[in-house]
Amino acid sequence: MRYFLRFVLIYLIVYSSNVLAAWDFNMPIGVTNTSQDIYGLHMTIFYICVAIAVVVFGVMFWSIFHHRKSKGAQAAQFHGNVLVEIIWTIIPLVILVAMAIPATNTLIDMYDSTESDIDIQITGYQWKWHYKYIGEDISFFSILTTPQEEIDNKVRKNPNYLLEVDNALVLPINKKIRFLFTSNDVIHAWWVPDLAIKKDAIPGFINESWTRINKVGTYRGQCAELCGMHHGFMPVVVQAVTESEYEAWLQNQKTAKLAETASAQKQWSMDELMTTGAVVYEKNCAACHQANGLGIPPVFPALNGSAIVQGDAAEHIDIVVNGRQGTAMAAWDTQLSAVEIAAVITYERNSWDNKTGDIVTPADIQAVIDNK
Amino acid sequence: MYEQTKTAHHGPAKGLMRWILTTNHKDIGTMYLVFSLMMFFIGGTMAFVIRAELFQPGLQLVRPEFFNQMTTMHGLIMVFGAVMPAFVGLANWQVPLMIGAPDMALPRLNNWSFWILPFAFLMLLSTLFMDGGAPNFGWTFYAPLSTTYAPPSVTFFIFAIHMMGISSIMGAINIIVTIFNMRTSGMDLMQMPMFVWTWLITAFLLIAVMPVLAAVVTMMLMDIHFGTSFFNAAGGGDPVLFQHVFWFFAHPEVYIMVLPAFGVVSQIIPAFSRKPLFGYASMVYATASIAILSFVVWAHHMFTVGLPLGGELFFMYSTMLIAIPTGVKVFNWISTMFKGSMTFETPMLFAIAFIVLFTIGGLSGLMLAIAPADFQYQDTYFVVAHFHYVLVPGSVFGIFAAVYYWLPKWCGNMYKESMGKLHFWLSIIGVNLTFFPMHFVGLAGMPRRIPDYALQFADFNMVTSIGAFLFGATQLLFVYNVIHTVRSGKKAPQKPWEGAEGLEWTVPSPAPYHTFTTPPAASEK
Ligand code: HEC
Ligand SMILES: [Cu+2]
Repeated sequence: MRYFLRFVLIYLIVYSSNVLAAWDFNMPIGVTNTSQDIYGLHMTIFYICVAIAVVVFGVMFWSIFHHRKSKGAQAAQFHGNVLVEIIWTIIPLVILVAMAIPATNTLIDMYDSTESDIDIQITGYQWKWHYKYIGEDISFFSILTTPQEEIDNKVRKNPNYLLEVDNALVLPINKKIRFLFTSNDVIHAWWVPDLAIKKDAIPGFINESWTRINKVGTYRGQCAELCGMHHGFMPVVVQAVTESEYEAWLQNQKTAKLAETASAQKQWSMDELMTTGAVVYEKNCAACHQANGLGIPPVFPALNGSAIVQGDAAEHIDIVVNGRQGTAMAAWDTQLSAVEIAAVITYERNSWDNKTGDIVTPADIQAVIDNK
Repeated sequence: MYEQTKTAHHGPAKGLMRWILTTNHKDIGTMYLVFSLMMFFIGGTMAFVIRAELFQPGLQLVRPEFFNQMTTMHGLIMVFGAVMPAFVGLANWQVPLMIGAPDMALPRLNNWSFWILPFAFLMLLSTLFMDGGAPNFGWTFYAPLSTTYAPPSVTFFIFAIHMMGISSIMGAINIIVTIFNMRTSGMDLMQMPMFVWTWLITAFLLIAVMPVLAAVVTMMLMDIHFGTSFFNAAGGGDPVLFQHVFWFFAHPEVYIMVLPAFGVVSQIIPAFSRKPLFGYASMVYATASIAILSFVVWAHHMFTVGLPLGGELFFMYSTMLIAIPTGVKVFNWISTMFKGSMTFETPMLFAIAFIVLFTIGGLSGLMLAIAPADFQYQDTYFVVAHFHYVLVPGSVFGIFAAVYYWLPKWCGNMYKESMGKLHFWLSIIGVNLTFFPMHFVGLAGMPRRIPDYALQFADFNMVTSIGAFLFGATQLLFVYNVIHTVRSGKKAPQKPWEGAEGLEWTVPSPAPYHTFTTPPAASEK
């Protein structure tokens, strides 16, 4: 026991230096006026709690020390006092009212999402976020990029472990941005501590919230509502940039989109499809069907050796494009481009023990989508 | 005549049948307590798996899908299998002894309430071995994760919940009927011991909210198997409806799990301060106010769900109000200790720790009530820290205190004080090492219910895990001490505690199989 305590003590001393030096044992102050207000409320109520605790426990430990039988204390026999009982009902009430007023003001401000400059629709999917810039024709998914090897402790973890994505949500500073939250499947919650926004994304309903970021930077958060197997693996990354950088980024996105449409027309070779397909598979399918294609039966079937994957391509295309109603297998035509679907299907048909030798082209996929 | 008196004073039947057929409140109380202890260890093993996985960042021991099953089952088993049955067990033993009744009013119902439980939990635990695994949607089982997206075992989960609900409702009815009808003559309501009062109020809460739980799981069942759309937006339903109905049950539920502990502490503090309870009447009114308020605060669990502004404000204010009666209770306990003549045997130690640590949990609850700040706290480890502070050093310490306090009466032997104290001190260290750092990681941004976490949370998580292993291992001491006491402890006197008061101390130790066959005179409370 003594050794254990000593171990704990040494551990605490060694680590407390770097723990306390870091920012990470209190709520971040954040980079919006709302987050700063909330931080203020949090610290106020915290100090109130500390004060109450000091008084209450002070009296208690004083009694424990002085009024013990071993010190010869004689028990008094009083068992009530109306006056003190009224006083200690009133004082907390006053404290609570004093606390409720600033809290109410902050809340009213947080609920005022009118007159926004930019509107963004955020949709939760099992297990990624989709961002749509309303009125800009820009939309994309944002998916965890931490390699599986880091999660499985095979390689060293990078500093942004589990808090990194392929496409961050890019936002300009000093603009009022309104978010509209919804979900494609189960309930998720979009949370970025530095913005002090946490809002549930609920299938079939739309929630609102807003922010105005004061400072350029990258702000990281996570899904906060249990949403199934990979709930811990759907981070949020917001990149706040100046307004001119934001405009440039918008332009870039639009050009990239044109390039992508053009690429759908070109001839794709087996090698190109396999390389693209591997990336698409890793990002979108491996969560359920696993990187090795073995799935997690019975809920998530194996693709390695699957009759559908090794069988007729039309059926394979059908399940990937249209999904399977009432199961976790989604319709991917709303989430992936024709090129990506073609690539991933080609990849699945020619990976692991599957050796069909088939090439599925973007044109094949487009034909199925167009016929829907 | 003689024959009759003899059968009236028969002892327990022999063998296994004694336990299966018994209608004796003491036997049933013992069974509830033993059952609860077993569940405590099963739920604790699951906590062990969780904390082992979270010892370091990365996935080491279990896959995420199994991790989710562990968090879900840990919560369900601790709430419905460990804490609630323990308090029912205490009520079974103590309510009749404290009000001078020969038994519970409805002894056969009592037997049935208990015997449903092992089957309910066997069914719940069996889901771990089913295709697709056990429930994995959290103990709050939010739709549609628990309906459209649930593993097939969800149907068994629903059935198990129904059985637990029936058991609880019958138990509650029994307690109310007993307290209203079987008090010894001369014991007014306002003379009842506080433990009896808190259980009376708890029993009303149970009757009010267990049917709501039954309703919500039934709606799930309909959605899953019979094509309704209560919680499915595509069919015109609303997933948020689930949360409203669930929390209308689950908020009073948290008081169900702590009010009886308030009662226990209100018995023990005066006993070891050798001084009457301060503010008896205000204690009763405070308990009743907490119970009533608990019905109008449920949506404080849903501040981020998109409630309208008016709703947020209403639930923020009503939640803050609960602090007042809760404060009154704490102040009363401390005033009871003030100017007392205190000694610090194990029950007293646990009761004092209860007051301090429960208050810490209450204060973090006050922080959570501040709706704007809750947008940052909600669904993080800060919430996990909060409710574990009120449930572990709250309810569970209350149960420990009660067991140490009344065990000499139950089995006639005295527990080992030194080992009790060791159990106490190791538990205190373990509990705080486990749950205090959770406040920090939560504030720093760690969501709850994740199997793996970002690197900045690593240090505190390791401390938490070490604390949890210590706390878990310490409980073996408790089991050893209890078994040792029952089998070969030193003989206990009729009233082992100098300052204890109440009818239970007027019967011999151990309490005979039948007590108060003729009503005793109500002593001063
Ligand atoms: C959220 C989990 C999930 C993800 C992500 C997912 N699937 Fe599926 N998939 C399923 C489930 C569940 C089924 C079984 C559906 C059924 O019951 O018929 C399935 C079935 C399939 C099948 C048919 C297999 C068979 O033998 O029945 C194919 C092919 C398939 N998925 C391809 C993909 C591709 C390609 C992706 C990525 C673009 C993907 N899946 C992503 C859950 C998922
Ligand atoms: Cu999510």
